[in-house]
Amino acid sequence: MNKVRIATTWLDGCSGCHMSFLDIDQRLADLADKIEIVYSPLVDALKIPDGIDVTFVEGAVSSEDDVRKVRLLRERSKLLIALGDCAVTGNVSAMRNSFGVQEVLDRVYNEETAGEKVMPTVGVPRLKTHACPVHSYVNVDAFLPGCPPPSDAIYYLISELLEGRIPDMVGKSRFGA
Amino acid sequence: MNPSANLPPRQATVNDALSRILTFKINDRDVSARDGETILSVASRYNIKIPTLCHLDGLSPYGGCRICVVELKQSGKLVPACITCPQEGAEILTHSQRVVESRKKILELIFSERNHVCAVCVSNGHCELQQLATDLGLTHIHYAYRYPHLAVDASHHRFVLDPNRCVLCLRCVRVCAEIEGAHTWDVMGRGISSQIIADLNQPWGSSPTCTSCGKCVQVCPTGALSEKGKSVAEMVKNQEFLPYLQEMRDKKHY
Ligand code: SF4
Ligand code: SF4
Ligand code: SF4
Ligand code: FES
Repeated sequence: MNKVRIATTWLDGCSGCHMSFLDIDQRLADLADKIEIVYSPLVDALKIPDGIDVTFVEGAVSSEDDVRKVRLLRERSKLLIALGDCAVTGNVSAMRNSFGVQEVLDRVYNEETAGEKVMPTVGVPRLKTHACPVHSYVNVDAFLPGCPPPSDAIYYLISELLEGRIPDMVGKSRFGA
Repeated sequence: MNPSANLPPRQATVNDALSRILTFKINDRDVSARDGETILSVASRYNIKIPTLCHLDGLSPYGGCRICVVELKQSGKLVPACITCPQEGAEILTHSQRVVESRKKILELIFSERNHVCAVCVSNGHCELQQLATDLGLTHIHYAYRYPHLAVDASHHRFVLDPNRCVLCLRCVRVCAEIEGAHTWDVMGRGISSQIIADLNQPWGSSPTCTSCGKCVQVCPTGALSEKGKSVAEMVKNQEFLPYLQEMRDKKHY
């Protein structure tokens, strides 16, 4: 049997959803026979490959680089899942949205900095005006809310996807869970 | 603003020997109601659950949130169950596809209007808005969020108003005016820019009318009104005092 090709990424998130994914513990071993992780912060792959079956996106779309990544992943994946509240609603990542980028940067790199005040401009992606949910940029096939989503809910979602079903996640997790 | 103006009486289920009995249908089931009773109260007598948000037993009806919409089968109209009285022979659907979809859209609009960040909200886990999202099976918000810039008012010595979480249900306005008799809260602005204000739009802590009774905090369905110094686990609202107070007043026991 061909292994199901899985990609994961974290955009503007805290990596907590990925930690919750790892929290499915020994069941990971069973999954390992059925899936291959072809792109993820958890593995070494540097480039987004072709022919992805399922992509899990953690985090809001917050910078120009996030936009590029999420579009490319969408293009190369059969299914794309918004994993966790930041991906689904914007959540904590979107709390900057009512202030404006310049005000937020000033606060972090000028007002709250004790030493030398350096605004990073080289090698960092430009922030978008708003950190937005993934579905505001690309089509999303399933939403799993939660901050982070419980690992049982993640396991259930993956198991169902492996059976070829897009499950109804209602009641398995909720906003803020 | 007087929220009780031009609305059905507060005690929609009042026992009145002279009132007429109406018969009609809810979800193809024969039901009867007294004249002046709302669809919501009839439905709840028959154990038919209609979701609500702004409605609260013991406060005057308001009909602001429209989460409780039901469909009138004959005309195809959607009406809010908490402020609509049924007509003889009406056929009412509480869970038709149109009703369910409309409720979801309304709820999504409410979420999109303010800044709801459940993960860091004092009401996380015991919020009526969050519960509605689960009950109605909301997966995400289709509308673009508005991200308004709204300042938290922590000037009161015991309570906090966070307008980012406010759904403009006006329960606070009504309980303060109708039950506490202080009328500290009211509404400023119109439509989507409406806001809850204390007295003449001043910091809550400087309000000369607020008695610090805390009723508004208890009836608020969301994290918009909370007690200072309470953790997320502790900030559970207690609304049981309302029917009790209402009954004591109706029977003139006070
Ligand atoms: S008020 Fe309710 S829905 Fe809004 S952020 Fe708080 S818990 Fe979430
Ligand atoms: S604490 Fe009591 S008096 Fe003060 S605003 Fe709230 S309901 Fe009104
Ligand atoms: S502060 Fe609370 S009770 Fe008052 S209108 Fe807003 S959500 Fe409703
Ligand atoms: S509950 Fe009926 S309109 Fe709000």
